[in-house]
Amino acid sequence: MTELVQHLLELIRKTSTDLPHDVEQGLLKAREKEENGSTAEHILGQILENVRLARASSIPICQDTGTLNFFVRHPAAVSRRELSETIREAIRLATSRNYLRPNAVDSVTGLNSGNNLGGAHFPSIHFEEIQGDTLQFDLLLKGGGCENVGRQYALPDTRIGAGRDLDGVRKAALDAVMQAQGRGCAPGFLGIAIGGDRAVSYQAAKEVFLLDMDGHHPDPQIAALETRITTEANQLGIGPMGLGGHSTILRTRIVALHRLPASYFVTIAYMCWAYRKGSLRVSGGKAEYC
Amino acid sequence: MPISLTLPFTSSDVNALQLGDMVSISGDLLTGRDQAHKWLYEQICRGSDHRDKEDAHVLDAIQPILQDGLIYHCGPIVSGHETGNYRFISAGPTTSMRQEPYQSAIMRHFKMKGVIGKGGMGEKTLNACKTLPAVYFHAVGGAAALAARAVIEVLNVYKLEFGLPEALWHIRVVDFPAIVTIDAHGNSLHDEIQTRSKSVLESLL
Repeated sequence: MTELVQHLLELIRKTSTDLPHDVEQGLLKAREKEENGSTAEHILGQILENVRLARASSIPICQDTGTLNFFVRHPAAVSRRELSETIREAIRLATSRNYLRPNAVDSVTGLNSGNNLGGAHFPSIHFEEIQGDTLQFDLLLKGGGCENVGRQYALPDTRIGAGRDLDGVRKAALDAVMQAQGRGCAPGFLGIAIGGDRAVSYQAAKEVFLLDMDGHHPDPQIAALETRITTEANQLGIGPMGLGGHSTILRTRIVALHRLPASYFVTIAYMCWAYRKGSLRVSGGKAEYC
Repeated sequence: MPISLTLPFTSSDVNALQLGDMVSISGDLLTGRDQAHKWLYEQICRGSDHRDKEDAHVLDAIQPILQDGLIYHCGPIVSGHETGNYRFISAGPTTSMRQEPYQSAIMRHFKMKGVIGKGGMGEKTLNACKTLPAVYFHAVGGAAALAARAVIEVLNVYKLEFGLPEALWHIRVVDFPAIVTIDAHGNSLHDEIQTRSKSVLESLL
C-alpha cells in the first residue's frame, strides 16, 4: 500500500495543479469568441495564464481545492477499508505539501482539522466492485463557490413555469444559471440529473462531471436538450466571472434516473472553469495517470 | 494599461474609479473571509469596553491596515506553517456575497476604502461604498497561482485559530490585478448584468 500512497499523492497533485486538455481547449475557444479588448477576453486571458503558471510551477490552480470526491473501482480481493485508509494517508500528505488547502471544518466548533480529514464523509469516497485486476481511481476536486450555486427543483415549479417534462428541465437549468450569475466562477459546466430522490439526484448530477463533457447523451432528444441549454445559457450574457460576455456555460451533460410517481426532481450541479478531474489506473504494479 | 493604485488610498483615488476599470494594486492589505467577518462584526457590535484583551489587541493592530485600506476576501494556501516563515502559494478570491451581512459595518468602523473579492456584493455594501467613499474590486476567481504571485510578503497573521484559510493575513502585494465592479457613486456592474440576464431569461422561459 505504500506504493499506492505515492501514486494517489501524484494523482492529487496532478489534479490540483493542471486542467484536463479538453477543458483548457474549451477555455481557449471561449476567449476567441469574446470581443477584442473586452473584460470577458481579459478575464479568460488571466484564467489561461493562471492555468499555464499552475502547471509549470506545480501550484494549485485554485486555492479552493474543494471537496475531494473519490470514485474507486476495485477487484473483489481488495479491501475497501485498506483503500480508504490509503486514500486518507495520501490526502494527509498532499495537504502537508500544499497540493491541497486544509478544507475540513467542524460545523459545530468551527475548527479546521488541518489535514482535510473529517469523519466518515470528508473526503467523499465511493466504491464499486468490478471484474478483473485493475484498480481505478477517479478524482474530482470541486470548490465551494460552484458547489454553493448548485440547485434542486421539484417540478412542477410555477415560479418559472416549469412542468414535468424536458422543457421544464430546460427552464430549471436556465433559472439556476441566472441565479448563479458569476458566483460559480463562470464559464462553467452543468451536470444535470433528472429524477431520483433528493440525495440520489444531487449525487448523480455531480457524477456527470466524470463523463466526457464533449460527448452527448445517447437519447437524441436529451442530447439536443444538452446543446440547447448551453446555447440559451450563453444568451443570458452573464459571461466570465459574471461581468458580461458570451461564455457563461461551456458544456451541459444530462443523466436521467427513475423516479417516484410523486417526485420529479431536477438537480443542477455547477462546475467552475477550474474543472479539476483526474484518473489513476493501477494494474500489475504499474500506474497510469489520465 | 491598468490603473496603478498604491495603498493607502485617498478619497479622490476611489472617487475617480469607474465600473470596468482595470486596476493594479500595490501595498499592504489584510485577508479575511467568513469567520473573520463574523468575528469582526461581533467585536464592533460589542464595543471597545466589552472586548477581551486579546481581541482588543488584534483590533488595534489591524486598524492602521484597514483605515483607507482594503480587505481581500481570500482563503489562501500558505506554506511555512511549521517554521512561521509564511509564503502564499495559491490565493485567489472567494465569493464575497457571504460577507454581505457584516461588510458595511466593518467598512464604516475602520473607515476602509474598499474590498477585493469575487461575485459582487449587495445593497448594504453598495451604500457603504457610496458614503465612505469606497470601491469593490473584482479579482478573477480561480486564478489563484497568478494572484499569489502578486503577494510578495506575508507580514503578519492574526486569529490563526480560525485555521490557515480563515485567518487574517497581513500581506504586501505588488501589481495585484482587479476590476472595478461597484464604484463609489452607487453603480454596480453586477446589478446591471443581473437585470439584463433576468430579462433575457424571461424571454426564454
